[in-house]
Amino acid sequence: MFKWFVKWFHRMGSPPHFYRFAGSWLPWLTVVFTVLTVAGLYGGLVLAPPDYQQGESYRIIFIHVPAAWMSMFIYMVMASCGIIVLVWRMKLAEVVLICSAPIGASFTFLALVTGSLWGKPMWGTYWVWDARLTSELILLFLYLGVIGLYGAIDEKRVAGRAVAILAIVGMINIPIIHYSVEWWNSLHQGATVTKMDKPSIHWTMLVPLLLMALSFKVYFIISLFQRVRAELLHRERNSRWVEELFRS
Amino acid sequence: MSMSEFFNMGGYAVFVWSSYGLALVVLVLNWFIPYQQHQQNIKKLKRQYRQETKQNDSSS
Amino acid sequence: MKRLSLSQAFWFLLRRDLLLAFRNRSEMANPLLFFVLVITLFPLAIGAEPNLLARIAPGIIWVAALLASMLSLDGIFRSDFDDGTLEQMLLSAHPVPVLVLAKVTAHWLVTGLPLLLVAPLLAMMLGLDEDAYGILLLTILLGTPVLSLIGSIGVALTVGLRKGGIILSLLVLPLYVPVLIFSSSAIDVAASGLPATAQISMMLAFLFLALSLSPVATAAALKMSMS
Repeated sequence: MFKWFVKWFHRMGSPPHFYRFAGSWLPWLTVVFTVLTVAGLYGGLVLAPPDYQQGESYRIIFIHVPAAWMSMFIYMVMASCGIIVLVWRMKLAEVVLICSAPIGASFTFLALVTGSLWGKPMWGTYWVWDARLTSELILLFLYLGVIGLYGAIDEKRVAGRAVAILAIVGMINIPIIHYSVEWWNSLHQGATVTKMDKPSIHWTMLVPLLLMALSFKVYFIISLFQRVRAELLHRERNSRWVEELFRS
Repeated sequence: MSMSEFFNMGGYAVFVWSSYGLALVVLVLNWFIPYQQHQQNIKKLKRQYRQETKQNDSSS
Repeated sequence: MKRLSLSQAFWFLLRRDLLLAFRNRSEMANPLLFFVLVITLFPLAIGAEPNLLARIAPGIIWVAALLASMLSLDGIFRSDFDDGTLEQMLLSAHPVPVLVLAKVTAHWLVTGLPLLLVAPLLAMMLGLDEDAYGILLLTILLGTPVLSLIGSIGVALTVGLRKGGIILSLLVLPLYVPVLIFSSSAIDVAASGLPATAQISMMLAFLFLALSLSPVATAAALKMSMS
């Protein structure tokens, strides 16, 4: 079993194999994504009843919460790739790491904006220095740092390793930043924040929420595969497998 | 539930639909930009190979 | 040639860096001057009402300290990178994290520690409650080394770049957030007459964590930058 895994890992690490593998999976993933999204949206927008406190406005959570989950999940993916890059010097992990960053940043951005759009009817303002919004904002800065550092270094193999170190450092810091901000927020709780009590979420809302979360995960893989394929082709443009693929 | 009621979202239409609209934009862009880049890469490579074979033919 | 032991190498590098810093004293004063200037700007911008100033003093002092420390970060490795000393350091037989620690310590002694001298003066000018002076000094003593340590990772990552400055701030400032939160809150709490033990022990924890982890990350980043 272990042997098989190692073999699989090595095969996955080879750019031509991954390029073909990702290409053949993309259509299927798109089908799964469409089904999940349609089901999730139908459940969330039509079937789920309005919230007894927040009325219809709570329907933003079907975007907001999955996006926020993704923002953290993608950073974890990046840090794991960072470890693989530093330990095994795997080229593919570098590419996956750097291709994840813009997707993660856009999900973080989405979570922030939908959070403030939800905050306007609930809290009366677009922005409050709520603990979650604040640490999400800092997470966005961390993503932008990764993207900026990669862009600033011309030699891409070096840039890949630099970004790997940065992603790991960021991963160690994220919980510290998160709990600092949460603690800070409990001290400085503004007057505008109306306390929203959290009743246990009803299954009619939970099911579409989980469906949307899954659909976002599949979407991440689709977008990642697209980016990785483009990046691999660009990086390996002088290698033989690329030539074999496109010389007709 | 009527159609207009659905789109009205109990008075929160602006917030709900702009959230969903933004999500749509973000998802589409994140799909489209790498897709376009990939297609351009392929086009560039093919053009390069064609030129190379032409040069080889004329020189030989 | 005699081989240096590890602690000898540490002290040697520390002494050398301090000596170099004292040779160009004017450069040494720059972060300090910057710290004072930024704090002077605040009353001019928001008005000199004593209550308001006293309330925001902890925050202002710490934001200024953060910016001052960031401004001076580039100096940790810059000159050694330019003249090739850094490459020699990486090739030496000693573990790089220890050498990194020596350099960061020197940098902190030169740029972080002097803030201790002017901070009480500025606190007085801003009208900070006198009970909080001790805690203010303690937070600077515990917080600025963390800033130097975290900052050294960012510098090591960007040292090879021509335009590293702006990207450095993007990398480092988000990581400074916990220090900012706990230090200014400790002063805040002390100013209102309450004990700040919780905040101070958190800052101690940050210091030990940064001391143990960041030299390793910095060493890895330096090796990457030199390759």
